[in-house]
Amino acid sequence: MSRTYLGMPAFPRAAAESTRDGTLRANLRHATHTIRAKRAAAVAELEDWERLRAAGAAVKDRTLHHLDHYLPLLEENVTRAGGTVHWAADADEANRIVTDLVRATGEREVVKVKSMVTQETGLNAALEEAGIRAYETDLAELIVQLGDDLPSHILVPAIHRGRREIRDVFRDRMADWGRPAPEGLTDRPADLAEAARLHLREKFLRCKVGISGANFMVAETGTLVVVESEGNGRMCLTLPETLISVVGIEKTVPTWRDLEIYLQLLPRSSTAERMNPYTSMWTGTTDEDGPRDFHLVLLDNGRTDTLADEVGRQALRCIRCSACLNVCPVYERAGGHAYGSPYPGPIGAILTPQLRGLASPLEESLPFASSLCGACYEVCPVAIDIPEVLVHLRERVVEGGPVTVGGNRTVIRPAKRHALERAAMRAAGWAFDHPAALRRAQRLAARTRRVHPRRLPGPGRAWSDTRELPEVPEESFRDWWARTRGERP
Amino acid sequence: MRVGLFVTCVNDTLRPSTGRAVVTLLERLGVRVDFPTAQSCCGQPLYNTGYRHGAEPLLLRTAAAFADHEYVVTPSASCAAMVRDAYPRIAARAAAEGRPGEAARLRAAAERLVPRTYELTEFLVDVLGVVDVGARFPHTVTYHPTCHGLRALGLRDRPRRLLEHVEGLELRELEGADECCGFGGTFAVKNAAVSAAMGADKARAITRTGAAAVCAADNSCLLHIGGTLAREDSPVRTLHLAEILACTDGVVP
Amino acid sequence: MTDGPAHSAGRARILGRVRRALADVPRYERPEDHPVPRDYLRAHGERTPAESVDLLAARLTDYRAVVHRTDPPGLPALLAELLRRRGAHRVVVPVGLPDGWLAEAAVEQVVDTAELTARALDAVDSVVTGCALAIAETGTLVLDAGPDQGRRRITLVPDHHLCVVRAPGQVVDSVPRALERLSPVRPLTWISGPSATSDIELDRVEGVHGPRTLEVVLVESPEPPS
Repeated sequence: MSRTYLGMPAFPRAAAESTRDGTLRANLRHATHTIRAKRAAAVAELEDWERLRAAGAAVKDRTLHHLDHYLPLLEENVTRAGGTVHWAADADEANRIVTDLVRATGEREVVKVKSMVTQETGLNAALEEAGIRAYETDLAELIVQLGDDLPSHILVPAIHRGRREIRDVFRDRMADWGRPAPEGLTDRPADLAEAARLHLREKFLRCKVGISGANFMVAETGTLVVVESEGNGRMCLTLPETLISVVGIEKTVPTWRDLEIYLQLLPRSSTAERMNPYTSMWTGTTDEDGPRDFHLVLLDNGRTDTLADEVGRQALRCIRCSACLNVCPVYERAGGHAYGSPYPGPIGAILTPQLRGLASPLEESLPFASSLCGACYEVCPVAIDIPEVLVHLRERVVEGGPVTVGGNRTVIRPAKRHALERAAMRAAGWAFDHPAALRRAQRLAARTRRVHPRRLPGPGRAWSDTRELPEVPEESFRDWWARTRGERP
Repeated sequence: MRVGLFVTCVNDTLRPSTGRAVVTLLERLGVRVDFPTAQSCCGQPLYNTGYRHGAEPLLLRTAAAFADHEYVVTPSASCAAMVRDAYPRIAARAAAEGRPGEAARLRAAAERLVPRTYELTEFLVDVLGVVDVGARFPHTVTYHPTCHGLRALGLRDRPRRLLEHVEGLELRELEGADECCGFGGTFAVKNAAVSAAMGADKARAITRTGAAAVCAADNSCLLHIGGTLAREDSPVRTLHLAEILACTDGVVP
Repeated sequence: MTDGPAHSAGRARILGRVRRALADVPRYERPEDHPVPRDYLRAHGERTPAESVDLLAARLTDYRAVVHRTDPPGLPALLAELLRRRGAHRVVVPVGLPDGWLAEAAVEQVVDTAELTARALDAVDSVVTGCALAIAETGTLVLDAGPDQGRRRITLVPDHHLCVVRAPGQVVDSVPRALERLSPVRPLTWISGPSATSDIELDRVEGVHGPRTLEVVLVESPEPPS
């Protein structure tokens, strides 16, 4: 069985739990701090980084603002090059299309390149139901699949696992899925990679259907691009007879030339490399080289709803590099699973509530899963102002407002559980707008300062459980000013 | 030069010593300081929690309170960032919502206020052109740059240059200085576990420096850091940068 | 299934949603009206052709490719020596591998054909190809399935890839300059070092599914007079 994200608790509860997990904290800290310094060095090599970043954001914005022009153009060019284009409005449609395509080949197993959208749609579970076995071939996805686990990072889905845990998963579970792990497997990363190579090679040579996502789709040429490291992508994209690529509509870029921007931005932001080991680009099908049949499934699944939000739509620029996860102090402590979707970290906190809508307490809690420290915005290669979108989505949660759900505009009401806070904020707003009242409150607090408790009851405990309360001074600044500068109180 | 002190609601209520220090410091540098009592809160706690509409009257109030000042100086990086980044955005959102009248008023208020608003170290270094403010503070100090100072305002080395010119002060490097302390306004209570974990890591790094005090350009972060340090019985005390810069006799005010 | 009413219904639904979502975009605005600043650099730094080749060699080495340099007359002997050192007996070659490259190599040559299965490729020791171009700044080889490169699979399944780059003619400085010279009509494979992974603790380890050893031979001809 593949595990799913269904029924996950709201972020604060899940995060409170994972924050207590010392192994997880250590694994995440080690991994994210390793990559942070490397990314900074790789980016510093390019003196025009900020200009590339601006261009990367602008090209995506142009595409998004004219997606109704670029999608049909893409379809036309993919079709002309020998591919077949399918349109899927939601996850179920996408899974049904893919399942039917695999069935039509008569095959019962497929090899898969790591793809975020098929995680999003839950494709593996859908295939399993139809009696089709999907083999994940990315090393980290393999670790997750064998361990009956969930991904916790965009680039490195098994980032929450250290090398010893990975060794144990391989040793205990590989035999259930095919070739067993070699005898006496150590926890050296090179040996673990070798074990994966041996385990998967048989499947690459045998499987006749490959399933992928894509990093970019070029509208003017119909070209798809997959960026990877291990070579499992090349295996899945070139050895099978049938290739099915499931891609979110926002992955479109207008022109061939636009790739010159993203192929510089993505590897340095993602793995901190000047260039990733392998990049595959293909346009439809090629005679006697690679798959004979190529299907492109264009996926909406909440993307057009996100597009309808003028502030939130910038999340669709995302090129899934995961730089924002690697610098996020909240992600580092909470771990990826707390975000309850394949998209964890800062980008997940703005993407998941938009793709799914503010559908449950989990989605409502995600915009608040940030201290707004801004580290994510600073490293984002396409300049998504994640703090701005977080604050915007917080507003939708606490105040309600216009949203688009399933293509229909509607107005949502404020979330119920924020009623108390709303009242408090209204009171605070009123007091701040009436300085005389504010002053009376300050004086009352000063007069009672000796009897203030060290720890607060109720919601205040969230602060005082771990932090001392600030001492209230004898005199506010306002009163001091009036007293010493001779103004009337 | 007429300077309006935008002391901020946190400093007014919980840390008046910082406001007094700013007055002492600026007056020593020959600046006439004014405190318009109509000011209150910039609206950041409401805005950042999602109550943008609740922040609108506070935008108008703040702009009106400082309507006549040549410069508006605040000892809070996050409140300065609120004015600079969020005020124009609040006006733009009102326009996008189809409220042209309010949008015009908000935009006019923001446009008048933003270019005159300075965080304290910006005002000292960029406007007054001083880095040696004549302070003496013979203690070891470490500096926490705070997220808004570092990333929203881009204060860069301004605070450090000011500290380096304080007589007798020994500056200790803080490991992971650019990482958030975990305060984040309502984040501190909405996600208390993660906030506390971030605060504990920050507090440990501060204690490891062996400094007698940690300073920053924002008291809201320092309340969180100080509360965490105190709970962990750390000997390090928290000071606003202004309190050090105001000091000439070596004694903490 | 793909051309039926279900297909066009999905298409119409998604495109309809896109148009409604973009209600704020002025109707008269054309895609090219949306500004894109392209003031980023075409290449990072000025280099002579020889300097570009040196940079390529350094960047290839950085990511654990093994780099060799020779001149055209020395190429057959060098390739023979590298294959001997590797202990390669069966070597797959594209149909258009230039005459003479393997003239001195004592190996069995397996020619790339459509019938050559992945399983058969798994039983060869090495592959020798040319390339379409190489990018100095990033240490990247680009293959476009040309006659001296063959089908994509032949540079994938064998564990050892020997790639010949004709320098300085095939060397470009940067990613933008590479894309200018490439055609999207051809299937392209960009290779930067041997296969690798960062999936264990975000630390890079070389050698997963693609060739674990990548050797690059830079064949340097004197620059033609310009």
